[in-house]
Amino acid sequence: MKRYSAFAVAREALRNHMGWERAWASPEPKKKYDVIIIGAGGHGLATAYYLGKNFGITNVAVLEKGWLGGGNTGRNTTIIRSNYLQDPSAAMYEKSRSLYETLSQDLNYNIMYSPRGVIMLAQTEHEVRGYKRTAHANALQGVTTEFISPQRVKEIVPIINLDGPRYPVLGGLWQARAGTARHDAVAWGFARACSAMGMDIIQKCEVTGISREGGRVTGVSTNRGDIACDKLGIVVAGHSGHLADMAGFRLPIESVSLQALVSEPIKPCMDCVVMANTVHGYMSQSDKGEMVIGGGTDGYNNYTQRGAFHHIEETVRALVETFPMISRLKMLRQWGGIVDVTGDRSPILSKTPVEGVFINCGWGTGGFKATPGSGWGFAELMAKGHSPLCNEFGLNRFKEGRFIDESVAAGVAH
Amino acid sequence: MSTRLANGGRLLNKGRALEFTFNGKRMTGVEGDTLASALLANDQMMVGRSFKYHRPRGIVASGGEEPNALVGLGENGKFEPNQRVTTTELFDGLTCASQNHWPSLEFDVGAINSKLSRFLPAGFYYKMFIHPRPLWKHVYEPFIRQSAGLGKAPRDRDEDSYEHFYAFYDVVVVGGGVAGLQAAKAAGQAGAKVLVMEQTPHWGGRAPVDGGEVDGLSVDRFVEQSVSELHAMENVTLRTRMMGAAVYDHGYVMGYERVNDHQPDAKGPRHRLWRIRAGQIVTATGAIERPLSFAGNDIPGVMLASAVRDYAVDYGVSVGDRTVVVTNNDDAYRTAITLKNLGLEVPVIVDARPSGGGPLAGEAVALGIRVENGKGIAKVKGGKRVEGVEICTQAGEGAALETIKCEAVAMSGGWSPVVHLWSHCGGKLLWDDENVMFRPDGDKAPTGAEGERFVIPAGSADGCLDLASVLDNADAAGKAAAQATGHTPGKGAAPQAQPETMTPIQAVWMMPQGASYKLRMKAWLDYQNDVKVSDIQLAAREGFESVEHAKRYTTLGMATDQGKLSNINGLAILSDALSQGIPQTGTTTFRPPYTPISMSSIAGEARNETFQPIRKTPMHSWHEANGAHWEPVGAWRRPYCFQKPGESVHDAVNREIKQTRDSLGLLDASTLGKIIVKGPDAGKFMDMLYTNMMSTLKPGRCRYGLMCNENGFLMDDGVVARLDEDTFLCHTTTGGADNIHGHMEEWLQTEWWDWKVYTANVTEQFAQVGVVGPKSRKVLQKLTDDDISNDALTFMGWTEITLKGGLPARVFRISFAGELSFELAVPASHGRALWDMLMQAGAEFGVTPYGTEAMHVMRAEKGFIMIGDETDGTVIPQDLGMDWAISKKKEDYLGKRAQQRSHMTDPTRWKLVGLETLDGSTLPDGAYATADGTNANGQRNVQGRVTSTYHSPTLGRGIAMGLVLNGPDRMGDVLDFPKVDGTVIKAKIVDPVFYDKNGEKQNV
Amino acid sequence: MLILTCPCCGVTAEETEFHGGGEAHVTRFGPGSSEDDFHGYLFEKVNPKGVHFERWRHNNGCGKWFHAARCTVTLEVFGTYSAQTTEPPQDIKDKISAKRPGWSWREFA
Repeated sequence: MKRYSAFAVAREALRNHMGWERAWASPEPKKKYDVIIIGAGGHGLATAYYLGKNFGITNVAVLEKGWLGGGNTGRNTTIIRSNYLQDPSAAMYEKSRSLYETLSQDLNYNIMYSPRGVIMLAQTEHEVRGYKRTAHANALQGVTTEFISPQRVKEIVPIINLDGPRYPVLGGLWQARAGTARHDAVAWGFARACSAMGMDIIQKCEVTGISREGGRVTGVSTNRGDIACDKLGIVVAGHSGHLADMAGFRLPIESVSLQALVSEPIKPCMDCVVMANTVHGYMSQSDKGEMVIGGGTDGYNNYTQRGAFHHIEETVRALVETFPMISRLKMLRQWGGIVDVTGDRSPILSKTPVEGVFINCGWGTGGFKATPGSGWGFAELMAKGHSPLCNEFGLNRFKEGRFIDESVAAGVAH
Repeated sequence: MSTRLANGGRLLNKGRALEFTFNGKRMTGVEGDTLASALLANDQMMVGRSFKYHRPRGIVASGGEEPNALVGLGENGKFEPNQRVTTTELFDGLTCASQNHWPSLEFDVGAINSKLSRFLPAGFYYKMFIHPRPLWKHVYEPFIRQSAGLGKAPRDRDEDSYEHFYAFYDVVVVGGGVAGLQAAKAAGQAGAKVLVMEQTPHWGGRAPVDGGEVDGLSVDRFVEQSVSELHAMENVTLRTRMMGAAVYDHGYVMGYERVNDHQPDAKGPRHRLWRIRAGQIVTATGAIERPLSFAGNDIPGVMLASAVRDYAVDYGVSVGDRTVVVTNNDDAYRTAITLKNLGLEVPVIVDARPSGGGPLAGEAVALGIRVENGKGIAKVKGGKRVEGVEICTQAGEGAALETIKCEAVAMSGGWSPVVHLWSHCGGKLLWDDENVMFRPDGDKAPTGAEGERFVIPAGSADGCLDLASVLDNADAAGKAAAQATGHTPGKGAAPQAQPETMTPIQAVWMMPQGASYKLRMKAWLDYQNDVKVSDIQLAAREGFESVEHAKRYTTLGMATDQGKLSNINGLAILSDALSQGIPQTGTTTFRPPYTPISMSSIAGEARNETFQPIRKTPMHSWHEANGAHWEPVGAWRRPYCFQKPGESVHDAVNREIKQTRDSLGLLDASTLGKIIVKGPDAGKFMDMLYTNMMSTLKPGRCRYGLMCNENGFLMDDGVVARLDEDTFLCHTTTGGADNIHGHMEEWLQTEWWDWKVYTANVTEQFAQVGVVGPKSRKVLQKLTDDDISNDALTFMGWTEITLKGGLPARVFRISFAGELSFELAVPASHGRALWDMLMQAGAEFGVTPYGTEAMHVMRAEKGFIMIGDETDGTVIPQDLGMDWAISKKKEDYLGKRAQQRSHMTDPTRWKLVGLETLDGSTLPDGAYATADGTNANGQRNVQGRVTSTYHSPTLGRGIAMGLVLNGPDRMGDVLDFPKVDGTVIKAKIVDPVFYDKNGEKQNV
Repeated sequence: MLILTCPCCGVTAEETEFHGGGEAHVTRFGPGSSEDDFHGYLFEKVNPKGVHFERWRHNNGCGKWFHAARCTVTLEVFGTYSAQTTEPPQDIKDKISAKRPGWSWREFA
């Protein structure tokens, strides 16, 4: 693989850019692999990458029914943060965030990690207490966050309206090293690196069955023939239940639609990510200048990758209230993705009832930020059978009543 | 130069001149102009800069597909960035400025990028700026971000207002061209309730520009007549300046009406968003002309052939004295003919088809226009405006045969139906090889609630290209829509137009066919985002073979025009590079809205005070008038405390607590949820809802109860009063009332539907006041003759009393503050009267209204839990030492099975205790107690956390509650609570009841 | 934006009037049930791509719960019916069978 650099770009420019290689190969599937990963999204590709990088397992195929990075990897609002409350979540997301910091260098692919900071606004007394608690927890988890005053919020985000008549801003949880990255580049960078290690990324390859023998996985059937494997990782956000069915087990998961939208691009006016959970909306400005806005999920199972208008309405209304200057911007595009939601809204990274089959799913609305961390932990789980990062995210936790619930705001005050 | 012609201007009222400014330069237009036509009339060829290379950009199109000509419109509270000049109607006093340049449009430092463009191909940033890492953060990224964006960010609050309309129609016709009008007529005549919307201010679409006859009338007349016929139909509504923005599932259409954009000082809303349910949607959205890809096709003065024609016919504007026409189809000949007939020069028509065009070509030749068949443009000469073109053989590699001087180039690469609305909800497309276009696949329409097709394309949006077939197709569409909504369409034929003979279009995706790299890197696909033919080819070479990959890698079609001009051309280049057919490559997904719509229109009226309704108790206005410091709680506002002039919040809270404990306090408790559970099986139902045994509660008595969800977690608490044998009154938390009522109904309706129980949420039917403190009985006794002595009304009892003046009230002898206390409930309409009565009667005791914070502190002093503080959705009653409230006798209650799971019965679950700092200070909210060592992920081990913490004015020290590992067994142990600054507060584990441990105060 | 018809009050209304409540026809397991049964009941909801039976509440209307048979891929609503039943009514099953040949109740995984 040729290294990417400014020098390489200059050199190729003189050859009319005719010398660039494919970013990743497009091979025919082999008969057998040590490991097959179903799903060439960010998490699947990251898993393959760390299998190779950390464990030397490179006889790996990543199967993708469409185009790589075409699911939620390419549909999210690119927020990266790790200011989670519960220990297992904070460990996972902080690992991920720290991997993001050097991922461009690691992959030799500029994924444009931008640690511009994330503020989560506190707009009720209840939220103030909740975020103060998170700040305390984070301090002990090695995650740098602080609870900041409304004045400090205003300094960081001058376009914010602190004194909305309905929900004044009472403070915020600030993580300065959180930020955003270019979502497509994350998938492409991992894919290129996997391909360079000799792994096969096979697009337009849809898995139609999972073969087992004596409770153990033996391979998969696909529209491009049967492929054998020793271990199988299912990493297919939005379609996890469907694949689990093929392997003969059920998941505590429902698939719903999550929507996002962007405005037309404007000159830089907001230098961080702001999340306003009380009014249900969050916003950042992309490197292109678009205001990137995320909202809520539909309350019903939905595989359409589109959603209902009233969610968009609710989100935009909340953000026009929070940031009055966006009133005269225009919505350029809205879209939806299918997200897996588990019983406690935390992910599942787990062995399954089928020997050799591992599942990574249930990231709900927050999977992008976890991409490298999830790959790191899941690769370890697949290679070694256990991983401290994944330990608490097992399937069994639902049976045991051992939940990882991040929604502290779910309890209602008074 | 571009200029206003002496003649022509179908849409103009030349009698009325309008003044406007562009970049501070004063210009004049006339009524009827768009900002685009007015700029062109003033020879303003260059109107902006492109995104990446800062190339000079001119107007390309005449409608919503315009990619280049975006301006910052207006000033201050009426400033709007990225406004398309082609869809902006000119008004007197309009001010606008071009975008994305510094220091000026003419001299832009950013244009250096254009010189470096060779080094900045598609995706260059993924390959660069990687090392060293600090440079990315401190140099490259800030630089990239500073150069981002197009328009300026608005600064001021929006001065305008917006509104939503809700509407229901049998048939919604999107597009008011001849197709839309004919479809509306056909549907309307069948009796359907029809809405037809047109995004421009004019009916008729392109047809009047192209000309022709319908049923013997000129198209102009036909349009006029159709509109007046439609106006005469009571079941038809017509709207101009309204765009079909989006189609959502089950026939939900979004109409974006720009009510006052063209008259910004008029009264009323600026935009109106129509939220429409339609039985059927007819998309008569027309078609958009495609550019051709030749070198220099982005230089100002290169325009779509149809746009050149529009400006001439509709606005009397010539974009140049000499216009070269370049085409691969017959339609562009109309532009040449139109220009020639207006007395303008057309030096040559360059037709890429070796055998040239049909009858229209003959007409052009007859007018003396030179036509070159089988030729293409090798490149356009010029910089900030077109100076000439080099002509070459289309089949060749671009060797110039001839250079022709000209001021404008009118290009046509064929037409693409506008299929956006068809596609928003899943309508599929098919590739029409003959007409070189994607058009709706009638067999794969979007389907609605019943599985029925609910979108019907009409006219050129369905791929029809001549007037006769457009009318036929639209008439059928209108009839089909009427039929599908239960109406009987007439049998009459569609209006007749003369069918036209056209020579088929020839697919030309690159000009010339064998263009060199040098030419290809100057052949633009996406004008705004600077994506060229060479970029797509590079993406294909690098393996970005999926159309989505190529799009995302190159940013093709991701600009504010969403690729209306570029997507098909880019797709074709990609297919060619991959040696596969266009249908194999597929299209990207069309997403709403069709063209951008204002955020404010989406938000609608709901802004400022009306953002969200506020629920108010009957005493709300008293609170407001008496210094309430508000706290939002759910949809309610509750007073956090009542501040006296000059008093701090902290002092107010302390005063309220002291006065309540010493004498008498009043709490507006009206927001507490109140739910009636009634029926022969009410007791049985209550036993399932609450962890306690409620069925044994006697009428006249109250009991505190806990409610869990089926997953075992504590979700709500409150006092239950048994009103009579069949009736319970359940008090819930303020925020929980609606949810808990829903929860009850869910179980009653979906699980125990044979149980005879009825519930009613009567939260707002009653006002409730807590009368709290040692003097509470005294004040209450002043107001009633009924016996409320400790013997008559014991602790946890309730009774009905009559207040002086005859007002009946329920009085509950319950206490959340630990004092002697009564809660009085009266019908909501009497709430304020009750409050006033209590204030008056309590005056002699120094009655003090108190807020939520005093309530919190007093309950914490008593060790009472608070849902949302001690609980957070992960806590079970057993954690809170509330086993006493969990019936052991009951076989079942909601949550019981869940609480038997291994983790729920784990003895190491953290349990509730009191915490007392050694130094008397107040523990910080949410602090954790550390334990030795770290876990497998390197995180500090913890053994407990603070759930509530306050300064207790009663005790003069900090008090707290918390959940601690083995807490109840470790009384007296001292724990370390690090603050966020790293310093540690030490706190001792104590009993959570800090005040009046034996409950003597409440039992007097 | 779905349209649903509440079978209790007969009103056909916008999605915003209703609240989705997840899978329908789930059997409750309480105290005394096995770990697997309880877990299955509470968490292992079917998540089909296609025909789905689900609970809805007309919470901004008559307040009643009801059931809907809906396709999660096309969002077609085959019908709504009373929540006070343990199995979809035959006419709705027939309608689904006609529109989705090969489909059968509880074998849609």
